[in-house]
Amino acid sequence: MTVESTWSKEFILDILSTVTDPEIPALTVEDLGVIREINISPENGVEVVITPTYSGCPAMKTIEVNILATLQEAGISPAQVRTILAPPWTTDWISDAGRQKLREYGIAPPVGSPDKGTLFSDAPSVDCPHCGSPHTEMISQFGSTPCKSLYKCSDCLEPFDYFKCH
Amino acid sequence: MTVQTDTPLEYLLHLADNVLILGHRLSEWCGHGPVLEQDIALTNISLDLVGQARMYYQYAAEIEGNGKTEDDLAYLRDVPEFRNFLLTEQPNGDWGQTIVRQFLFDAWHHPLLKALTESSDQRIAEVAQKSLKEVTYHLRYSSEWVIRLGDGTDESNRRMNTALDMLWPYTGELFTDTPMDMAIHKKEIAPLPSSIHTQWMDTVTEVLNRATLTIPNNDWAQSGGKTGQWHTEHLGHILAEMQWMQRAYPNMQW
Repeated sequence: MTVESTWSKEFILDILSTVTDPEIPALTVEDLGVIREINISPENGVEVVITPTYSGCPAMKTIEVNILATLQEAGISPAQVRTILAPPWTTDWISDAGRQKLREYGIAPPVGSPDKGTLFSDAPSVDCPHCGSPHTEMISQFGSTPCKSLYKCSDCLEPFDYFKCH
Repeated sequence: MTVQTDTPLEYLLHLADNVLILGHRLSEWCGHGPVLEQDIALTNISLDLVGQARMYYQYAAEIEGNGKTEDDLAYLRDVPEFRNFLLTEQPNGDWGQTIVRQFLFDAWHHPLLKALTESSDQRIAEVAQKSLKEVTYHLRYSSEWVIRLGDGTDESNRRMNTALDMLWPYTGELFTDTPMDMAIHKKEIAPLPSSIHTQWMDTVTEVLNRATLTIPNNDWAQSGGKTGQWHTEHLGHILAEMQWMQRAYPNMQW
């Protein structure tokens, strides 16, 4: 298999647009901001550089495997995935389209910017993704996955996940 | 490929073992939490810590070379080779004791990581930068629970004070400078443990006061975990459970 001269970063990104977050299938890995670089060379083929979200996130391995499988199915070879730690992933890298998709899926997207300084600050004020009401309260800092908190809406009474600012 | 670095392997193992053992202790609550949300909270924190352990072990394995992997380091070392603080080995006890242990650790972990983001070892700085975001949430969580339980009922307050008295003697070890610490501090790899004490004490004092809890008046510092001199009777049991599969079926693969 030889590296085609027609392969460009956009071409590879397009192929990877079907790779979704295993826990949040509404989001692609591109929406998540997990893909940092795509390097194409005649010697090594395609190298997709990703950065992990949370240290212990179990979905990262699946994402890595899915990226490789998707590339292989599309006939892209040779291909590797490399993980880098710096700069550390932040929810700021979630695209606007990603945030909208989260809302539609029923998960409130991150609000504000990650605060590293304050120990005791108020929980972020989050709008209910179901009914839009701002009258919501945090039930628990930790939700169904490490990246989410559990909230409840006082108006429509539905619980929902909030994607934590990271 | 063996990686060259000034950072002693022992220091990386200390950082990794701390979070692996504490992460394992938290995982023991899985399915046994008092309320579902808190069961999930502890296991999420556990997952963060084990993820951090993996990053340190991976780096340590690269330094050791000769084909060593993160799994070898986590599962095939025995008690005398572990370098975690004694505090992390202490039993979960009741919910309050788990929270106290977590809080005392988090209040150290947060300023340590902040300092490590400036490490001359670039890899450590990267791991620290990543871990700091998560540990900020851990510290907030454990602090809020200390206050909730301390300033709760007579019984919760009593249990919290009991836990504090029991765990306090294990906190001195966190701030004791060893020759290794002094050597790596000189190379700007890590801060001197003693330099973190002030910030730790400030956080602990603020939170315990708000929690209406008594700061123990006890200077005794039990130590030996970080240097590997000795561990408490608990570590053997922890490893027996954690490492059982690898020990019973050597080289097993999923």
